[in-house]
Amino acid sequence: MAIESIKDKTAIVGIGVIDFSTNIGRSEWYSACQCIKLAADDAGLNIYDIDGMVKNIDDGPDPSYVQKGLGIDNLTYHSESHWGTSAMMNAVQGVASGSCNYCVYYQAAHRVSGPEKSISDYRVAREVKDDSLDMIRYDFFSPFGLIGQPGYVAMMYRRYMHETGITPEQLGWIPVVDSENAAKNPNAIFFDKPITIDDYMKSKVIADPIRELDCAPKVDGAIAIIVTTPEKAKSMKQKPVIISSNAAGMAPEGQFHTSYTRDVITELPEMKNMGDELFRIAGIGPKDIKLAMLDDTFTPYVPLQLEALGFCGKGEGAAFIEGGERIRVGGELPINPDGGLIGQGRFDTTRIVEAVRQIRGTSTNQVAGADTILVASGAGGPADGLILRKA
Amino acid sequence: MTVEYNPDQKIPHPAMWGVLYKSSTPFWEGVKNKKIMLQKCKSCGNLLNPPRPMCPKCQSQENEWITAKGTGKIYSWVTFNEAPHPAFKAPYAAVLVELDEGPRIVSNMVDVKPEDLEIGMAVEVTFEDVAEDLTLPKFRKAG
Repeated sequence: MAIESIKDKTAIVGIGVIDFSTNIGRSEWYSACQCIKLAADDAGLNIYDIDGMVKNIDDGPDPSYVQKGLGIDNLTYHSESHWGTSAMMNAVQGVASGSCNYCVYYQAAHRVSGPEKSISDYRVAREVKDDSLDMIRYDFFSPFGLIGQPGYVAMMYRRYMHETGITPEQLGWIPVVDSENAAKNPNAIFFDKPITIDDYMKSKVIADPIRELDCAPKVDGAIAIIVTTPEKAKSMKQKPVIISSNAAGMAPEGQFHTSYTRDVITELPEMKNMGDELFRIAGIGPKDIKLAMLDDTFTPYVPLQLEALGFCGKGEGAAFIEGGERIRVGGELPINPDGGLIGQGRFDTTRIVEAVRQIRGTSTNQVAGADTILVASGAGGPADGLILRKA
Repeated sequence: MTVEYNPDQKIPHPAMWGVLYKSSTPFWEGVKNKKIMLQKCKSCGNLLNPPRPMCPKCQSQENEWITAKGTGKIYSWVTFNEAPHPAFKAPYAAVLVELDEGPRIVSNMVDVKPEDLEIGMAVEVTFEDVAEDLTLPKFRKAG
């Protein structure tokens, strides 16, 4: 159990989002510089004020390139992290500790047209020279054709269906509601108009029971988020969004999307540990959350997150989402009013951006009274998250 | 249904990338001898598959290998209607078998169609020569 030193010590004061695309035609370096400039403009900051920079290791050029690209004189703090949006923790820690004043967290990843290698690309294995967790995939799954994230998740999902009775007709409400929300979000490129549950049921079953519409598509994008102290934020351009709490979580026998050695494989214990810590630090509970930004990279993880984060009981996640009423804007717990990753593509930092817009009151799909928001990332692997609130 | 392969494509297997990882070598050596080998912690007896550098229950790094009976039950499965790798002809199923000793193993079924699979189905190991130089442990319906 960590000390509570980060509670309310930091705030988000700027966001920068480039137009997403499936063929952006530029370098990740270009997009990284572009989104940071947008975020600085949004915050009303001079680019030279930025003195901290953090990112996810796999997403885009490292801070030395970006600092050079932007022409920033110095960075007193730079750092990289793995998984989800866990680099947000680096930003929070960097500012809360006083290592920097204005820390930018950027994610610049061209996942369709860029250099990222597919996780299902067996050729990657040739580059692995020593025992690693990848060994488990390549030596023990690949020879049997269990390759790629949809298949990994399908193995868990089949078991989840068996244990709880969840059906595709229930789970399909995630992409249906995502599509309704995406249609209202000009940043979301994947749905011009909402789909129906029938459309979902007709979606190609690629790795049975996983359908094409159960998987967030890849996208080219770039997002920057600027973090500073609440004191500095008071005199800045935007209404600050206070970071009430920030935490990560892991649990025994974890393996990204393939924690098959656990006694029970149909839970997200990393997410539970992360959520417990978030609520403890913030001093609130699930009932205080007005809106949840959840990881919908693969739809079966949404009901599992509702269960892990205490929004409903174990095995009740499917009933919670069925029909969509409770998770739509105006419902008991709106989820991903920006269309989620199903609507916008696999880009975890979109969840933080939408939470900021909701608290500022500038979302294109505004939830009334959205003053306390939970953001969760890393479903199916190491989890991280935030509780954000109005100042 | 046995998994069908495209003969002009190599099945992705550690042998094809030229290195057998240190921890998994005893498993694949066992397969050559038509055995499923499980890593066993010498200190607490914990059984592990896939193998690991340290026992997560007692932190011992001393281990030995035992031969599994090769019987178990289907814990879950996934049917690939699109092949994620060109060596495999879709449709085919990958199964997660819970061995009677406890550990689970990913494999394929022989002589059982994906639509006839059931969680809890009793299965037993069989060894299939899938390429000239490659044997894989697979499972069939027990009895």
